[in-house]
Formats: sequence, C-alpha cells, structure tokens
Amino acid sequence: MTETISGTGTSAATRPVVPVLEAHGLVKRYGNVTAINGADFELHPAEVLAVIGDNGAGKSSLIKVLAGAVVPDSGELRMDGQPVSFRTTRDARAHGIETVYQDLAVIPALDIASNVYLGREIRRKGFMGSVLRRLDMPAMRKDSADHLADLRIGIKSVSQAVETLSGGQRQGVAVVRSATFGRRVIIMDEPTAALGVRESGQVVDLIKQLRDRGLPVVLISHDMPHVFEVADRIHVHRLGQRAAVVRPSERTMSEVVALMTGATEPTERERAGGS
Amino acid sequence: MTGTPTAQRMAEAPPARRVTLAGVLRQPLLGPLAALIIAIVVFSIITDSFLRPQNLSLILQQSVVIGILAVGQTLIILTGGIDLSIGAVAVLGTIVMARTNDASGSFLALLVVLVLCALIGAVNGGLVTSLRLPPFIVTLGTFTILYATTQLVAGSATYQVPDGPLTVLGETFRIGGFVTTYGVVAMVLVYAVAWYALSQTAGGKHVYAVGGSPEAARLSGIRSNRVLMSVYVLTGVIAAIAAWAALGRIPNADPNAYQNANLETITAVVIGGTSLFGGRGSVLGTLVGTLIVGVLRNGLTQAGVDNLYQNIATGVLVIAAVALDQLARRRNR
Ligand SMILES: Nc1ncnc2c1ncn2[C@@H]1O[C@H](COP(=O)(O)OP(=O)(O)OP(=O)(O)O)[C@@H](O)[C@H]1O
Ligand SMILES: [Mg+2]
Repeated sequence: MTETISGTGTSAATRPVVPVLEAHGLVKRYGNVTAINGADFELHPAEVLAVIGDNGAGKSSLIKVLAGAVVPDSGELRMDGQPVSFRTTRDARAHGIETVYQDLAVIPALDIASNVYLGREIRRKGFMGSVLRRLDMPAMRKDSADHLADLRIGIKSVSQAVETLSGGQRQGVAVVRSATFGRRVIIMDEPTAALGVRESGQVVDLIKQLRDRGLPVVLISHDMPHVFEVADRIHVHRLGQRAAVVRPSERTMSEVVALMTGATEPTERERAGGS
Repeated sequence: MTGTPTAQRMAEAPPARRVTLAGVLRQPLLGPLAALIIAIVVFSIITDSFLRPQNLSLILQQSVVIGILAVGQTLIILTGGIDLSIGAVAVLGTIVMARTNDASGSFLALLVVLVLCALIGAVNGGLVTSLRLPPFIVTLGTFTILYATTQLVAGSATYQVPDGPLTVLGETFRIGGFVTTYGVVAMVLVYAVAWYALSQTAGGKHVYAVGGSPEAARLSGIRSNRVLMSVYVLTGVIAAIAAWAALGRIPNADPNAYQNANLETITAVVIGGTSLFGGRGSVLGTLVGTLIVGVLRNGLTQAGVDNLYQNIATGVLVIAAVALDQLARRRNR
C-alpha cells in the first residue's frame, strides 16, 4: 500500500482516488445509430487523460455528454463523487468544465476577443456597465491578446474576425478560451488537428502547464507520439465503449493501436479501467 | 524600425489600428455608402430640384416609417430569420391607436399599442422558438391574420387623428435653414439605440452569434431562445414606434396603408449589406439602405420617371445587393 499525495500527477495505482469527473453506463442513440453504448469514464485529479479511438468510435459524443452539449439517454455523471446532471453547456461550465470542441464552436463573423469571452463578457465599471451594459472591449482585447501571446499563436490583432484566421489560428482561439476559463476540468477534442508542428508543440506544453497547475485535462487525439508524451493514462474507446485504460509506461504505441482496433485484448485490470 | 526587438514589442503591444486599402474594401458599409453618394451626385446633376434643402428634408420625412421598421427587420434578419408581418403590425398599431385615442385619450392609446405590438412580437418569437417553425412561415401566417384583423377592427373605415400627442412626430422644427420633423429625430434615435445595443453590449454579440452559427452559440452557452425572444419582442416595440411616426406623417389611420412595408424594409436591410443568412450586417447599413431607396424614389420622381420604373430600379438594386453578399460569402469560405 503506497501512499501518495494527489496533485503530484503520479497517484499510485493501488490507492483509490476520487475522480474529479466520472461517468458510468452512458448511452446515447441517434435513431438507429448508437453513438455511446454503455461507456464508462474516469478522470483523476491533476492528470492528463488521453482518449483515443478509431473514427466514429464515439469519442466526441462521449465528451459532449461530459460538456453538457449532449444529454445522454441513460447513465450517470459524478463530479468529486457527487452525482451531477448537465442539461446544457452552461451547467457544465458552471461546474468549471471547459471544452474545445472538434468543430471549435467559434463564431466566424465575430472578432477574436468577442469569441474568447462569448457568453461571459466583461462589462465596464460603474454606470456605463451596470445600467447601460456597455462591454469593456479594451479589457477583453487585452486579456485575449495576452493569452494568445502565451500560446505564441501569431495573430496580428484580436479585433480581427475569426473568419480571417487560418484553421490553426482558430484552434488557438478555442484553446485559449478553454484555458482562460477552465476551473476544474479542461476537455480538448483534437485541439492540434489543424496545427503545425511548432503550434502543436505549444498546445502540448500548455496542456502540461494546466496539469502542473492542478487542472486535469481530457485530450482526444489521433497523434500517438503526442499522446505518449503528455498522457498520464490513456482511455481507449472502441465501438461506443471504453475498451481499456492503459498507462503509457506499461504499453508500447503499437500495442495501444492494437487495443484500439481490437486486434489484441486488454488485461483484466485494463478492461476494468486501470487502477 | 530595426530587427526583432521592435517586432516582438509590436506583437505584445495592444493592437494598433492601421488603415489599409484591403481593410477599407472589406468594410461592408462602404458599398452601400458609395451607392448612396453616387445616387445623390447623379440626381443633383440631372435635376435642379433634388439638392434643395426642402427636398432633402422631404426625403428624410418620407423615409421615417420604413426606416424605423427596417431597424426591427435588421434585428430579425441578423438572427437568421425574416419578418413578413412587421408592416401589418404597424398598420394595426395605427388603427388601434386612433380608436383608443377616440375612446380613452392619447396616453392610453400609446400604451395600449406598445403592449399590443410587443405581444404580437412575443407570439412570433414564441412560435419560432418553442415550435421551431421557420420565421418565414410564422410571420407569413401572422401577416395574414393581422391584415384581416386590421380590416375587422377598422370596419373598412379610416380614422382621422386630431392634432396632439399622437401627431407630435409630424411636427416640424428648424435647424438653421433646414426644416425637419420630430419623426426624423425619433428615427435617428431608434437607429442610435439599436447600433449601441448591437455593437456595444453582450446581447448584441449574442444576436450575431445566434444568427451566424446557431450550434456554436449553443455550445458557447448562449441561451438562443432568450435572444430570439427578445429580438421579436423588441421588433414589436419598434413597430409601435413606427405606427406612432406614421400618424405623425399622415394623421389618418388607414387599414390599407403601408401594404408594401414588409418588402420595403427587407429591401432596405438587404441593400444596406446585411446578409439574409444571418449573423452579418449592421443597422448603420440599413440606415444607408433606407436612404438609398428614398433618394432613388425621390430623384426618379424629380427626373419625371414613372413610378413603375422606380419599382424596377429598386428591384434591380435588391438583386444586386444579394448577389454581392453571395459573392462575398463564397470568397470567405
Ligand atoms: N448528432 C448526431 N446525429 C446522428 N449521428 C451522430 C451524431 N453525432 C454522432 N453521431 C454518430 O455517432 C457515432 C460516433 O461519432 P463521434 O463523432 O462521437 O465519433 P468520434 O470518435 O469522435 O470520431 P472522430 O475520430 O472521427 O472524430 C458516429 O457513427 C456518428 O455518425
Ligand atoms: Mg470526434
């Protein structure tokens, strides 16, 4: 029985931890298609959990339930062991869960700063803000510019419309938004898919920073080297279910890919969700 | 001016606003503004009367009712909808205003019409949000119902409104040599408030978000139904103001007036550069669009061109404006 303090990112396999966010027996059907077929999910404190799986395995559907964007047909959600239910993304946000969606969920016609602060805008102080509800655009521009500069995504001006940005820059905007507002959990659905090598590296660095601040991150990615570089545990998703949870230290990349495609069987412990 | 230190500082400094040709050309307001200026110049040259102050004042006064209604239409179109009932709401407003005025005085008349128009907006909005019906169909239905209701309420009569609070928006005052009406002031105020709300408040950003990318807006935690509902109710309120301005302009409530108001507001919005697909455009564009239509009609009249040719010219302008919008969208994809 080894005792470790949670928050160091190396919680011992033998010690039961209370997951920050967990789900059991999630089901979501779209007509004949079963996108989530009794999936489980567990995110531990201050860890990076990679979620991998083939196209159409149901990864995005799973995290949309965690983000409140999709209401499951059945199954339960818990935060810190307490049952929660998210009817909308607002509910999940109120619990400190921030998400970068695969299709980014940015508004092309609005400028970068407005996108970063969409739905939680800052108003001016005093009468202008409280009565006339005037936005504090300078503050929102400055903050978004600072955060984007941290990511070193080269953007000329945060006043420009998101539609004038490249795909990678747009992804940067969505990542910055999640990192700015995430208080408990950050979920990123393929956040580096459109990014160049350097920019992907920056997002990976950001994920590490977030973890070091104690924020757990869920990372969906098809990029195995990145997954193995950054993940503490890997959730393998297959046919709408969690097929296994493995530790990158215990498995090679090709073994994990074999698990993903069903070519090999996971161990009992891995099938049961690892630790 | 040298090397990386400057470049780095530039990247960190707050964004400087530099004016570039490409930036100017991307300004959506520029096309409509150029069209307006060209129209004014052309009519000033080909007619003697166009540029006279009293004629310019007349153009503004003629634009007031459609101009105010077009603000409501802009809001709805920005959300990706369209309002075919807006003119009929205003006409019903004038009849109810006149009749309530006869029975219980002007203050109550204004209040009743304000509440009535807001309620009609709420019905439109409720059908669009809760039943998820297309705004086109919903407002086509309410248009038909309102038109018939107006005829019933009016009993095929028109109602003269005595001078007083209900006609105050038709009263004139002068700034220097320029005579104008309080109705024009009301129109400018409606535009100013709408501009402020759309560009300077969170609610305005949400209107653009809901209209431009409904799914992204939902994922961003915006309560789309609330946004839509407020827009439809506000449009009702704007229709009430337009009804008031209409009685100022012609103090006679006529159930058959403003038959084409719906289409004229859509024309003004589209010519002003607001996209029929939602999420793009501005009320300033609509103001310019309203003025373009006003100038075109007035100028062609001054030049002795038949009314029907004026309609043809307006129609061509609408199609050209939508075509330009499509081209711009295709380039952005
Ligand atoms: N809104 C929807 N309506 C109908 N079917 C859906 C919907 N969303 C997802 N699906 C279906 O659910 C299945 C899982 O999709 P999902 O997007 O979750 O997969 P994924 O693992 O994220 O794939 P990828 O790696 O390609 O992003 C797919 O078969 C998809 O067609
Ligand atoms: Mg996906």
